[in-house]
Amino acid sequence: MRRITILGLTVLVTAAVLVAAPLLGLETIDPRQVAGGAGAGPEARIFWSLRVPRVMLGFLAGAALSVGGLTFQALFRNALATPYTLGVSSGAALGATLAIRLGAAFSLLGIPAVSLAAFAGALLAVALVYGLARARQGCSANIMLLAGVAVNFSFASLILLVHYTSDAAASFNILRWLMGRLDTVGPDEALRLLPLVAVGGFVALALHRELNLMSVDEELAVSRGVDVDRYRVILFVTTSVMVGGVVAACGPIGFVGMMVPHVCRLLIGPDHRWLGPMSLLAGGAFLVACDVLARLLAAPAELPVGVLTSLLGGPFFLWLLVGRRGAACSA
Amino acid sequence: MDANRTLTPVLDLRHLRLELDGRSILDDVSLAVREGEHLAIVGPNGAGKTCLLKCVNRILRGWRGMISVNGVSIAAFSQRELGRLVAYVPQVGGRLTPFTARETVLMARYPHLTPFAAPGLRDQRYAEDALALTGIGALADRSLDTLSGGERQKVYLAAALAQDARLLLLDEPATFLDPRHRDDFRRVLRTVNRRKGVTVVEVTHDLNCAVLDADRIFALKDGRAAFCGPPEQFMVREVMHRVFDRAFLTVNHPTTGQPVILPEVGGP
Repeated sequence: MRRITILGLTVLVTAAVLVAAPLLGLETIDPRQVAGGAGAGPEARIFWSLRVPRVMLGFLAGAALSVGGLTFQALFRNALATPYTLGVSSGAALGATLAIRLGAAFSLLGIPAVSLAAFAGALLAVALVYGLARARQGCSANIMLLAGVAVNFSFASLILLVHYTSDAAASFNILRWLMGRLDTVGPDEALRLLPLVAVGGFVALALHRELNLMSVDEELAVSRGVDVDRYRVILFVTTSVMVGGVVAACGPIGFVGMMVPHVCRLLIGPDHRWLGPMSLLAGGAFLVACDVLARLLAAPAELPVGVLTSLLGGPFFLWLLVGRRGAACSA
Repeated sequence: MDANRTLTPVLDLRHLRLELDGRSILDDVSLAVREGEHLAIVGPNGAGKTCLLKCVNRILRGWRGMISVNGVSIAAFSQRELGRLVAYVPQVGGRLTPFTARETVLMARYPHLTPFAAPGLRDQRYAEDALALTGIGALADRSLDTLSGGERQKVYLAAALAQDARLLLLDEPATFLDPRHRDDFRRVLRTVNRRKGVTVVEVTHDLNCAVLDADRIFALKDGRAAFCGPPEQFMVREVMHRVFDRAFLTVNHPTTGQPVILPEVGGP
């Protein structure tokens, strides 16, 4: 199948998911009931102030995680590299855990303390990993990945420690935060995320030629005229900030960033000019679809969406490793 | 060769020094390469040959001294500008990538593209020409991870040619190739060097190919220039012994009569 066809189909599927998702849930909503805006009755209010913002948030988060994973897989030439591997999620989780444990209840510019702490933690972790690797001149991809893994382990045990010393209520909130969530009231959270995702997504998509060359070989990319040092920093920073924002808003939703780019690569090939837009759309659509499933499967209760993505992602990843070894190893 | 072309060397290294992790890699290396020349760089492993090439295309930074291309210090070029002047074929054993041969070659047009633009018709023509010249047109739609080492190396050569630079750096491009692929490779290099006037600087361990193909031999030993001159002067037992710490002898080829370098039996 030609790449333009595959991308076209992705656009159609994404559009279908985005239209259908806010109508589905504990109660299926008739599109005619919501045409008049939020004031047209209880269904319209649920639709406009709960479900549409939730779909927006889910799409932005999924798109950002997916494009972020794609970018890091290319930058580090490693199939397992995502912003999470580099400490974004564990940093955010530590920040959020501390804020919950300490009972921080303030908010700044409408952003709750837990989100602020998570965002700060994410950026701190990335800066730490980058600084550690930088200290050993050259900051090679492998050293950064190993530093990221080490930071992840340390932060994970710190999270356990904070969790262990918390009371029952805080403990429950920490656990719930760590599972990832997309429930939101009103469009504020999605709108706050929008600029981060727009910038991060634009940079990653615009630099598709550089990503192609860098994903093959960094030295070869330099010899072809790519200013690798510059583009690596630009991509690294915008992606980290974007994914840090997502984790701060939604918690550490797993596997989207790792698996969606791989699936897209299997379908549309390794050229980032096509792979970038497809990963963005597919990541957003996948997370929104998972969220619909999470709402429907255990209705009237809701499964945490992060649990569902990882539940689907784990077996998928094993299949990728065992069944499609060649494709999986050549990120 | 006319006088103007010999005035400004295509590549000019002066007092080049490089240290990596506190170890001296290149120590006061000076070298001027004329336009249209085919220069072979030889020397023992670890002599600094690869690093020398990598300094020229700025893969390695932090060297001291001066490197200029077409008479202009390379510090004055953006990486993209340098990419239009200098192309590079790395050592065999690069990463296996899922890109096809054609995509790989087309990607080398990067320094000629305007920002954010995709390759156009002109770039595709360069890519097709390079694929045809290297004889891999039939493999163009195969992905690199399905090609043999020799075929893959030809793709990287084709990519460097599509980059359309006047100076071509090659790092042991044919070391692990079988005799047929190696000779294909040499033939392509000869074509671009003789017919298109592309300057070739090639690191190699194949002394016999070096003395046959190159106009001049440059030998490095322990990061210093150990010899620089025409092949006839290199094929002297004392010179080769000094460079490689090993005894060589030359015999005449039974059919062509050309001198051939052989290692002396019994070691150094």
